[in-house]
Amino acid sequence: MTALGVGLARPGAPLSWRRWARSPSALAGTALVGLVVVVAVVSLAWTPYPPLAIGPSHSLEGPSWAHILGTDQYGRDVLSRLMAGSRTSLYAGVVPVLAASAIGVPAGLLAAARGGIGDQIVMRLSDVLYAFPALLAAIALSAALGASTGTAMLAIGTAFVPVFVRVTRSNALVVLGSGYVLAARAYGRRPLQILRRHVLPNIATTVIAQMSLLCSLAILAEAGLDYLGLGTTPPTPSWGNMVQAAQDYLSQDPLLTVWPGLAIIVSVLGFTLLGDGIAELRNTHLGRCA
Amino acid sequence: MSVHGGPRLVSDVSFDIARGERVGLIGESGSGKSLTALAIMGLLADELVATGHVYLGGEDLLAASERRRCQLRGSSVSMIFQEPMTALNPTMKVGKQVSEALRAHRKLNRREAHDAAIELLGRVELADPRRCSMMYPHELSGGQRQRVMMAIALACGPDVVLADEPTTALDVTVQRRVLELLDCLVAEQGCALLLITHDLAVASEICDRVLTMYAGRVVEAGPAERMLSSPAHPYTCALLETSLALPVDSPSDGPLPTIAGNVPPAGAFPSGCPFQERCWRRVEDCKVDPPLQRDGDHAVACWRPVPERTGVTFG
Repeated sequence: MTALGVGLARPGAPLSWRRWARSPSALAGTALVGLVVVVAVVSLAWTPYPPLAIGPSHSLEGPSWAHILGTDQYGRDVLSRLMAGSRTSLYAGVVPVLAASAIGVPAGLLAAARGGIGDQIVMRLSDVLYAFPALLAAIALSAALGASTGTAMLAIGTAFVPVFVRVTRSNALVVLGSGYVLAARAYGRRPLQILRRHVLPNIATTVIAQMSLLCSLAILAEAGLDYLGLGTTPPTPSWGNMVQAAQDYLSQDPLLTVWPGLAIIVSVLGFTLLGDGIAELRNTHLGRCA
Repeated sequence: MSVHGGPRLVSDVSFDIARGERVGLIGESGSGKSLTALAIMGLLADELVATGHVYLGGEDLLAASERRRCQLRGSSVSMIFQEPMTALNPTMKVGKQVSEALRAHRKLNRREAHDAAIELLGRVELADPRRCSMMYPHELSGGQRQRVMMAIALACGPDVVLADEPTTALDVTVQRRVLELLDCLVAEQGCALLLITHDLAVASEICDRVLTMYAGRVVEAGPAERMLSSPAHPYTCALLETSLALPVDSPSDGPLPTIAGNVPPAGAFPSGCPFQERCWRRVEDCKVDPPLQRDGDHAVACWRPVPERTGVTFG
């Protein structure tokens, strides 16, 4: 399953939380994402050491009892920085996706329900955004607004809007073409009511799965932008800029690149598995039909 | 009323139906009967256009605004669809779907709507309506689903019910019960019923009047008894033979009778009478489109209709 396409909704079966418990992806995903969230929340109140506290006398140390994951080039505790970085990653992972969906989903619904000119306008605008090279946009934004987490989030969010437009529109079209929507119109439901009562509930799972997958992509993208110096700037810790800094010391302390890398892997994997799990919830077939 | 979608799909269908009357609209697949129903409801696909008039109590439905039509759908005219599995939302409990239909036109809160829904489910003779209302469509049998559809269609007490092949998707044994139920409900509510079907036997069960459609037009119309005992249009005769062919007593040895040929596809309707290629009573005149000729309460569009058989009763 690609990160950019969850597949068309087959609103075949109602949700069942028991299925959640039986799906390895959903469980693993929830566990990993939960881990990251917990770490992020905890880091608000406590980290082993202040993430910005420099200790030049013990730089580039390996793992020890004092510093579980060692120290970086300035003697800062890696674990504490990793924990603080999780906040940045989570923030930069979730906020752009929420913002993009807030714009993309209504636009997609509009395009699907209206058809005709409205549909064309929305799709063409979305195509423009989609075709625009995101990295270029990020660089341009960085140059204009200065590199920061916010700039990275803006670039990522903008790049994600067309994805939501497409996913929402195609799934909404499937639902709008169904027999039960015709039947709902037959007992007098107006288009807006149909969107609310039939379309949204049936596409919700797919859209949420898509959101989770895009969160994983966002975290990766944000780390990448930070690595390139276009996002969160040091000394604020973020996994991306930790990797960037650590690569200068690869020969002296190879483990330094590994920790933030692992953190990125864990969170990306978590969100991806979560997205898969959510999508699986919907895509089970009905079983025996009477 | 006619329906165009590029080529003419339904031409000049005209009939009226009085309160409490049951009219059967009979024809094969492709005859345009479903399109007629959808056109009345204003639910045609965007590429199709209906022209003409559809009067409901003096108001022309085709000329009404979409908003007005939404008000009328369900409350004045409603439709029962052919395939209940497609026409019911698979992710919504059945009771909620009936409540939905109720709340489309009445201001009810959830509790009231739910109770009314259960009451409706009871009226369509579903055993244990409370339990049924908590089920999903796939947990019910075909017959039960069709009853739910009927409950939805009758929820707001419409004046006219259009039933599009309500029994086609059901087992024969269940068909009769569902038809009887439909008959009952329509009688109770005093609404008019347009029963669309390809099965003459089904129509003969409960209809007062019958219209036969072929290739998008009405070819014969009249009281059910007359139509079924002594049909005038060759197509109706052929339909009668094919659907009532098996005699109850004597075993049938030969193959089932069929009407040779196929319904011409839309857009390829021949000029003149659409049935001429398959008609055994064809004459030169048939190259010109026969108009619907009225004779009292009976009408037929044929240059050489089958003469009336007297002394034959249908029963």
